[in-house]
Amino acid sequence: MVPVTTIHYLALSVALLLIGTIGVLTRRNIVVILMSIELILNAVNINLIAFGRQLENMAGQIFAIFVITVAVAEAAVGLGILIALFRNKETVQADEIDLLKW
Amino acid sequence: MWLDATFFYVFALMTLAGAVMTVTRNSAVHSAIWLIVSLLGVAGLYLLQRAEFLFAVQIVLYIGGIMVLFLFVIMLVNLDMAAKERQFNGQAWVALACVAVVGLELGYFWMKGAGAFKLAQPALPKAMVMGGNTERVGDVLFSTYLLPFEIASILLLVAVVGSVVMAKKRI
Repeated sequence: MVPVTTIHYLALSVALLLIGTIGVLTRRNIVVILMSIELILNAVNINLIAFGRQLENMAGQIFAIFVITVAVAEAAVGLGILIALFRNKETVQADEIDLLKW
Repeated sequence: MWLDATFFYVFALMTLAGAVMTVTRNSAVHSAIWLIVSLLGVAGLYLLQRAEFLFAVQIVLYIGGIMVLFLFVIMLVNLDMAAKERQFNGQAWVALACVAVVGLELGYFWMKGAGAFKLAQPALPKAMVMGGNTERVGDVLFSTYLLPFEIASILLLVAVVGSVVMAKKRI
């Protein structure tokens, strides 16, 4: 069996990022779109930690902590906006929220 | 060595299968459960990379915190009707084209970078020397990255206030 190298982790990270991107671009349900964004941020974290291990540098893990912080803030505010939106428009489908559409 | 590889493939399979199921399930609750599987796989990968502190943070914060927030909102916002509707918008081809372009781009840099960074060599088996992982993280976080750390705390405060303002009916 081939030993696991950093390039394996990078390949996994690319795959996870692309799956998350497909989710963001194609789903209609806003909750699932927010979950897909979490997937993308996790892909970035895998990348950071793999490079941190490769270069023997702690900065990768520190940056992963900051990315998690931003992900938490994003999820909290995003879900708050979703609740406000649902109260006003009674929908959670992204393409039915078209106030700015010409 | 083979144990390492086996665990890597198990966790990679968990991560990717969970991600695919998250994106494709109709019900938002099922998506959330599959997202937990995916995040657990990522946590396992952190452990394999000897980032024990981030493993704990991933479990406690993501699976214990963010996912509970998601499930709470799913219960609060009635999604029964939404699960019966059309799940995908008409942009599938645009999305696939975007993903193909990004994938090709990343693959290209991957090929180019493999030589420059010598990524083909196995990751070093020896652990981070001198003390545990958490100790080292704390050491670096509270010395070199002290200012970003404080700014992150302000960001969290803003997020807390912002989400309360958003979710409250009348302020």
